Amino acid sequence: MDFQYTEEQQLLADSLERLVEKTYDFESRQKIVRSDAGYSAELWSNLAELGLLSLPFAEQHGGFGGGTTDLIATMQAVGKGLLAEPVLSTLLGGRLIANAGSEAQHAELLPSVIDGSTRLAFAYVETDARYEPAQIAAKATKSGDGWTLDGEKIAVQHGPLADKLIVAARSAGAAGDREGLSLFVVDPKAQGVSLNSYRSVDNQRVADITFQGVKLPADALLGEAGKAWEAIDEALDFATVLLCCEAVGAMNFANETTLEYLKTRKQFGVTIGSFQALQHRMVDMTISAAQSYSICLLATARLDAAARGELDAAERRRVVSGAKIKVAEASRHVGQEAIQLHGGMGMTEELKVSHTFKRLTMIGQLFGDVDHHLERFAATA
Amino acid sequence: MDLNYTAEELAFRDEVRDWLQASIPADLREKVLNYEELSKDDLVRWHKILADKGWLAPSWPVEWGGTDWTPVQRYIFEEEYAYAGAPPIAPFGPTMCASVLLRFGSEEQKQRFLPRIYHCDDFWCQGYSEPGSGSDLASLKCRAERRGDHYVVNGQKIWTTLGHYGDWIFCLVRTDNTVSKKQEGISFLLIDMNTPGITVRPLVLLDEGHEVNEVFFEDVKVPLENLVYEENKGWTVAKYLLGHERLNTGRVGQSKREMIKLKDMAARTTKNGKPLLEDPRFRDRVSRVEVELMALEITNLRFVDEMRRTGQIGADVSMLKIKGTEIQQAITELLMQVAGPRAQSFKPIDYEGFDEFMGSIAARYFNYRKTSIYAGSNEIQRNIIAKMSLGL
Repeated sequence: MDFQYTEEQQLLADSLERLVEKTYDFESRQKIVRSDAGYSAELWSNLAELGLLSLPFAEQHGGFGGGTTDLIATMQAVGKGLLAEPVLSTLLGGRLIANAGSEAQHAELLPSVIDGSTRLAFAYVETDARYEPAQIAAKATKSGDGWTLDGEKIAVQHGPLADKLIVAARSAGAAGDREGLSLFVVDPKAQGVSLNSYRSVDNQRVADITFQGVKLPADALLGEAGKAWEAIDEALDFATVLLCCEAVGAMNFANETTLEYLKTRKQFGVTIGSFQALQHRMVDMTISAAQSYSICLLATARLDAAARGELDAAERRRVVSGAKIKVAEASRHVGQEAIQLHGGMGMTEELKVSHTFKRLTMIGQLFGDVDHHLERFAATA
Repeated sequence: MDLNYTAEELAFRDEVRDWLQASIPADLREKVLNYEELSKDDLVRWHKILADKGWLAPSWPVEWGGTDWTPVQRYIFEEEYAYAGAPPIAPFGPTMCASVLLRFGSEEQKQRFLPRIYHCDDFWCQGYSEPGSGSDLASLKCRAERRGDHYVVNGQKIWTTLGHYGDWIFCLVRTDNTVSKKQEGISFLLIDMNTPGITVRPLVLLDEGHEVNEVFFEDVKVPLENLVYEENKGWTVAKYLLGHERLNTGRVGQSKREMIKLKDMAARTTKNGKPLLEDPRFRDRVSRVEVELMALEITNLRFVDEMRRTGQIGADVSMLKIKGTEIQQAITELLMQVAGPRAQSFKPIDYEGFDEFMGSIAARYFNYRKTSIYAGSNEIQRNIIAKMSLGL
């Protein structure tokens, strides 16, 4: 048992924090997220240079061969800095390629993911499917050697920033079946792909995407047709765990800045932190973050064990959904309380904590909300 | 980052598990699992079994009968112990009084009391709270006046757990009334409960159980040699004890065992022709507690690891008590929900084949409201974190 980070893990997280402090302070970020690009190309290339995108991928493709455990501290730094860059989306896309793709596809695609030259986004959410991949209805039809893709995806995280989309579509079966799902690598500029892009409430770039008769070559299909469910399920668990770690970083920031506020803001001639009603709320926020961090440690360990084949997928699903339940509820608790304790100032656009609250709120809904994961947790326990 | 026990630790866990499995008398285990009251004989019998094994007081120094276990091993032992359904060891002697004697007692006091505590030749209880001094413990009034070679004690203690079994009681008493700071002028006294002038009166709790008492002292003569540490320095002793042995206040092992029981009962209970556990409304309540418990186990291990690495833990360890008791209480409440209409049953009047376990479920829910009140109420625990850990 050892709850310390390794030197490398700590070093990477520290480097990222320093980089964010230097080049991505709150004011700079405000400009970046409203710019045309919607992200910082400079930060992105620095992130790649730090090796952030290489961590969970195999060494033969230029990766570090690590697990989610190696990303705990780093993802917290992403959460603290409120990054709008497609770190998680690209890691998720890479995981899908690693899970479902052939060896040739790994060799072709992963090196450019790892060096940052290919940004990815995963298009799987649909209006009726919501968070459940098995409910996907978008259709892939065999045509000649290749495929034709039709369907609509919504709320594709970092879709507008992606060089390549990984699209989940149904090549067989009906909505509700786990069988028949396939994954395709799609160029967002291809004929028949149209993106409606927007800035999300938490300042990420998102797109609703329509695929209309999109012609795809045979090698756009990752791995085998109709067999992608397990690859999707695992990759979403991987991303969910990383998102939970990001939330812990955001919660810790919200707690630190709220505590600071309690110690400096004066009313009735005293600091408001001297009021027991507020002290106890601050303590409960601290406990929420601590419990979230704990369950993130458990979930990363279990996910990595499952990836090594030491644990079955059902147990992985249970723990990951457990983590998402806890983290989403804690994110809501800490976020709401941080605003309340900041009073009127927390309601303004001017404080970073307000933006942290928005991010924490959206994290609660990403990759499945609490109800989705309660259902999944109950199904596997 | 490694959440797993080492191979040696796992082997130790198996050793503890196997021994407990083989050594807990079946009748006692049955009582614990069915929430039945344990008699003094029950407690002493088990205490002696554990003492004979040499596992009664793992944290004591080896020369007094302790083990040289690491913090991790001690944690594993406590978890396995609770998980197995072993009867509790009343902490007042082995954990509390002994810790104080080991740290502050004279050589003579150690020789006199520690072996008898180890083998439960004396049953100890704790005299801290008073009717006017609960969370504000330092305001206590129970008076000890020095007269020649002894003190004369007058006053009252309350919430004395298992006081009716007690042979000895350690008390915080006021030895100086004149000091302006209430923490000064308190002393730590060991009192033989067979001394004339002591009256123990049961305080029956809302579940009609008798576990706590009031203890009255009327001109009770206590030899000066029963003073621990210095006169008027008892608060130092009390504070030491408050910070002691807090790695197991989360009671994760016990809650894991109770959670299994809860799910098992809910799976065997039918609602609309299906197991209650499959009812989404009920299931979600259970899941939320399960998730909190999964997280608490890791939070607890993080503190154990901190102790292992640095030899100390921060004041934020109080969160184990807060979360642990919330979970314990939530489980008793859910169990009551599983019992459903049968939760009303309590004491049979004219009822052959009455289900005693069913009759104990609501009582346990009521009884467990105590957990967020005792051992420093959860509000006091929040004060501790706010002040000591957050600097508020």
